[in-house]
Amino acid sequence: MVFKIQGPFFTEIGEIARFTSRFFREVIKPKQEWEEFINQCYWIGYKSLTLVGITAFIMGLVLTIQSRPTLVEFGAASLLPAMVSVSLVREISPVITALICAGKIGSGMGAELGSMRVTEQIDAMEVSGTNPFKYLVVTRVLASTLMVPVLSSLAIAISIYGGYLGVNIKGEVSWSLYWFQAYDALSYGDFIPAFIKTFFFGFAIGIVGSYKGYTSKKGTEGVGRSATTAVIVASLMVFLIDLLAVQLMDLLGLT
Amino acid sequence: MERAASIIKVEHISKAFGSNVVLNDFSMELLPGENLVILGKSGSGKSVLIKCIINLIEPDSGLITVLGKNINQLDQDEMDDLRADIGFLFQSNALYDSMTVRQNLEFPLRRHWTLEQRVRDAKTAILEALEDVGLAHTIDMMPAELSGGMRKRIALARTLILKPKVILYDEPTTGLDPITAREISNLIVKIQQKYQTASVIISHDMNCIRITSNRVIMLIDGKNYASDTLENLRNNPDPKIREFFD
Repeated sequence: MVFKIQGPFFTEIGEIARFTSRFFREVIKPKQEWEEFINQCYWIGYKSLTLVGITAFIMGLVLTIQSRPTLVEFGAASLLPAMVSVSLVREISPVITALICAGKIGSGMGAELGSMRVTEQIDAMEVSGTNPFKYLVVTRVLASTLMVPVLSSLAIAISIYGGYLGVNIKGEVSWSLYWFQAYDALSYGDFIPAFIKTFFFGFAIGIVGSYKGYTSKKGTEGVGRSATTAVIVASLMVFLIDLLAVQLMDLLGLT
Repeated sequence: MERAASIIKVEHISKAFGSNVVLNDFSMELLPGENLVILGKSGSGKSVLIKCIINLIEPDSGLITVLGKNINQLDQDEMDDLRADIGFLFQSNALYDSMTVRQNLEFPLRRHWTLEQRVRDAKTAILEALEDVGLAHTIDMMPAELSGGMRKRIALARTLILKPKVILYDEPTTGLDPITAREISNLIVKIQQKYQTASVIISHDMNCIRITSNRVIMLIDGKNYASDTLENLRNNPDPKIREFFD
């Protein structure tokens, strides 16, 4: 049983590694597809903004409301803005944004490229003299790598604002005091590692979504499977990268 | 009389997928201006053959020469340059869903025309290709808004946009009603006469073969089993050939 699982699992890992190495080979080749890259940035970044914004706002609000009773019990209600901002900046906003992107962008890429594969549109691109890997995959992976950190940064700002409203539901803290307390608790050691890991989240989501779609097989059933597995694998990758990032930060003494 | 140089020459190619051998020492030749039909059962390797010719699938062995160039020896850039002279009509049409008809036709120009050329001449070329297939009014429509026959014609217009010297048709009438299928077959002949193109047509639609073919190759058991005019093949007593006509 174990051997039966191991074979396809390691084959898949090897195929993704080969796909990733092809990405790096293609990305340095001249003649970039800038128009398609900007188009993808629009779809991945701008078109995800509403979903990410609403989720971030609710996250900040709920985290604050849920944390308040415990802090009040220990007489530490004044630490609420600091606690919320540190949690949101270091972990919650980047990871939740990445998971939303894994769902929205990963499944979108898996389904779009998968249906292009099974309807021979990718072959048609190749026949017309356009490198489909460069046009479809490189642009999507680069756009995802660039847009997830942007979305995550916006999510941090919006979620801290949500926290402000949460603090004021059962108490009264002025706008300036809340922001002073929230930012006073933060250092570059909180922002920078969290920001850097979102590039890796974006890259992993782009690679997994593109890989699943680009290598899709078996007709419409395969397209559905590509979209689903893209979300599962991309979400798992987000958690693995997060785990590695936390361990690395710990080793570097940044926690 | 000296024989004209062949447009496509396939020499002893073989291709297997696992244990399934689809092409087995297959050879053929396409002459200038000729419409050559490849006839064979479903799954006999007809589509694999033309995908080998355009280098979408690599044969296990054998030699393919297109317009005097051995495609096995070309690098990616050289192959892309050669592809400007080879049109390919996909069985599924393969129109880009997210693009309008105009953008679909513009797409092949990106690689083969300069920006200046595209700005100056693309609109005229697109309209000319659409007029060739009688669908100039669909220029700003999306593929999803078109009927099956219209999509086939638009795919043909996209194939024509670069004025290829040779066109490969993968089952051009499959899934179409008899009237539309006849229109597409007539269009193939019209294109051959207007642009003097040579074509390889994969089909098992007898009406299409009757209208379009100058010569027919029977692909049986992965081999070039017989090559002749449709009329002569119809009269051939070989049982394997008779199966297709009885």
